[in-house]
Amino acid sequence: MRHLLSTEDLSLHNAIRILDTAEEMAAVGEREVKKLPALRGRTVVNLFFEDSTRTRISFEAAAKRLSADVINFAAKGSSVSKGESLKDTAQTLAAMGADAVVIRHWASGAPHRLAATDWIDAAVINAGDGTHEHPTQALLDAFTMRRHWSKLAGTPSAGADLKGMRVAIAGDVLHSRVARSNVWLLRTLGAEVTLVAPPTLLPIGVEKWPCAVSFDLDETLAQGVDAMMMLRVQGERMNASFFPTTREYSRRWGFDDNRLRALDSLGLKDTIIMHPGPMNRGLEISAAAADSPRSTVLAQVRNGVSVRMAALYLLLSGENREPAVAPVSAPASASAAASAAHAAIPNLTYSHQESH
Amino acid sequence: MADQHQNADNSGAYLIRGASILGGAAGDILIRDGVIAARGRQLDADGAGVRDATVIDAAGLVALPGMVDIHTHLREPGREDAETVETGTRAAALGGYTAVHAMANSTPVADTAGVVEQVLTLGRTAGWVDVRPVGAVTVGLAGEQLAELGAMADSRAHVRVFSDDGICVHDPVLMRRALEYVKAFDGVVAQHAQEPRLTAGAQMNEGEVSAVLGLAGWPAVAEESIIARDVLLAQHVGSRLHVCHVSTAGSVEIIRWAKSRGVNVTAEVTPHHLWLTDELARSYDPVYKVNPPLRTDADVQALRAALADGTIDVVGTDHAPHPSEHKECEWAQAAMGMTGLETALSVVQHTMIETGLMGWEDFARVTSTAPAAIGRVQDQGRPLEAGEPANVILVDPAARWTVDPSKMATMGRNSPFAGRELPGKVVATFFKGHPTVLDGKLNTPYRWPAEALDAGPAGRRP
Repeated sequence: MRHLLSTEDLSLHNAIRILDTAEEMAAVGEREVKKLPALRGRTVVNLFFEDSTRTRISFEAAAKRLSADVINFAAKGSSVSKGESLKDTAQTLAAMGADAVVIRHWASGAPHRLAATDWIDAAVINAGDGTHEHPTQALLDAFTMRRHWSKLAGTPSAGADLKGMRVAIAGDVLHSRVARSNVWLLRTLGAEVTLVAPPTLLPIGVEKWPCAVSFDLDETLAQGVDAMMMLRVQGERMNASFFPTTREYSRRWGFDDNRLRALDSLGLKDTIIMHPGPMNRGLEISAAAADSPRSTVLAQVRNGVSVRMAALYLLLSGENREPAVAPVSAPASASAAASAAHAAIPNLTYSHQESH
Repeated sequence: MADQHQNADNSGAYLIRGASILGGAAGDILIRDGVIAARGRQLDADGAGVRDATVIDAAGLVALPGMVDIHTHLREPGREDAETVETGTRAAALGGYTAVHAMANSTPVADTAGVVEQVLTLGRTAGWVDVRPVGAVTVGLAGEQLAELGAMADSRAHVRVFSDDGICVHDPVLMRRALEYVKAFDGVVAQHAQEPRLTAGAQMNEGEVSAVLGLAGWPAVAEESIIARDVLLAQHVGSRLHVCHVSTAGSVEIIRWAKSRGVNVTAEVTPHHLWLTDELARSYDPVYKVNPPLRTDADVQALRAALADGTIDVVGTDHAPHPSEHKECEWAQAAMGMTGLETALSVVQHTMIETGLMGWEDFARVTSTAPAAIGRVQDQGRPLEAGEPANVILVDPAARWTVDPSKMATMGRNSPFAGRELPGKVVATFFKGHPTVLDGKLNTPYRWPAEALDAGPAGRRP
């Protein structure tokens, strides 16, 4: 893995490798000293062309826990708002020696441009591009689902996929990078995905996606769902006639209190309710659903840091890179070339001890 | 071999030996004083008028009428950082063209007699091809008020093709009036068929690929619905309609239907729509961003069949050069358009001739005869016969070359064919009997007589 641009082209091997590494990172997060020296001396730039405090601080926390130097570059109030091009910005960051660029951009494909051109020779992580993809969100969702699914099965998470898990994703699929990334990743991991949305908020061509499509949330729930993921819906879509009113949207496609109760009456006692945030309480999800014990919203946020640590670690210390921490961990890092997933663990363990 | 051939009155003589005429039997063509003086087999090298001619051995080459582009963006006036009439027409000559229709979306817009005369004069001053200015349909391409179509028609530029290309004349009443009005001077309205509300913010063809890429879709129906409306309007008012850059299989069906009903409609396809598909957008490389967008392979096949059977009349390049900074950016930020003048012949050879769909005679029809007829360009697209104007090209169909945009004459580096190996190469271009291209390289421009360069108050004097 040189970059993390999408889940569409992420192999099962690499997906599981990231999730397993994230488990190790999560274990580190539960220790007294949460910081690892793995990326000491490396520079990670958070290049954000779109406001997203949540995603940025998640990446920032992840990079800092790995001891990387973090530069936050927000497009607003910077040279970008003065008309500087993506190319010039990228070349500027390259000149400053960025090892990884975490890019959030309103334009679909902007991370691909950074990765494909010679503007900058850094690892590129897509932190959400337009209505295209948000791979680390999908990875943290999968991580959250995998923990739940493994716990139910009474088996360890590490190495596991999501075979047999029924996942419903409801909301504005058309404009959702989260939905796209989840559909590809969940397919790769073996889950059964159903998209639920008003027909106006599904893209033309969705019939070719590796998932089922439904216009009826109640029917989808009745068929059995293990994870119910609600997508954020912008109320302004109403003005472009995607749906008549927010009330009608909530009634037909929102996860309201009636549907929360329906999970119990349908005997779906282990179904979790997910949301990538930020939530529109009362629109796509009711307060009771968001705050119920089924809700994994905060666990998703927590897992986001672990998954982003894993992504940064694997890209910057993985098979294509020189180890960040040379001295005693060198043998472990060398074996990373053979199997980074397993190599990551001793390396991290050692680093953790050293950090004391 | 540059200037030595060019006399002050363009009166050089050239004997083309053994060219395959329109891909058929080999023959000789004698060019003298701007016309084809003689045609035949083994013209007597010592015969009258032949003795002093420069002999060009054309064995293995195909002789064709000079190509006429019905759809070119030369960018001047206004965007001389993208292209000038000089550079664009050099590219045209190298691509085998002897005439190009310069689209009206310059700055200022070519919506007055003054601007079209200026473009005409720029073209004649350059001298590489005949530059036929296209007049805007509406003032400033704003779609609100008819431009002075009659004044442009009566100007020295003799405008016959009117288009708001780049923008659709979407108001049905305005479109109806434009179609009616141009009848007064045998004009044609060339429509950029794009329903604006259905394509707000559109980035690429709407379909399977756009769904995955998360790029706003440009649905086929936005083109087809306008074409359907326009052919019905053209029938109702009895006018001549030309449909620019047809890109979908559905559009082909509508045009086929309209022609079967006797509607006076002609249609154009670009070289890139004959080959490339929306799959290329997966790279997010904006060199593949164009309007109308690249469609699916089913559309490509339908367009090829339509060009072969005459439903689509002409190939138009929609040559659209852009400065590199407008392509070296995010897809959504990038300008739409591709260069095409220097690759059109090769792409049509690859997609239509080497597939067996067409022969060189058909090629001459779709790249020369038919576009000249649409634009009412009297001295172009003529048969290669004695007495005809000597707008002739020689093509080496066996040549193979790899596209390198940095070596092109156009200022635009935005060729979607970069790196591809293409068949066919223009060896020589004769414009009004003068070789603008020889040995595959630019020679010298044709020199217009002084009175033809008289621009009047609005134009640039040589």
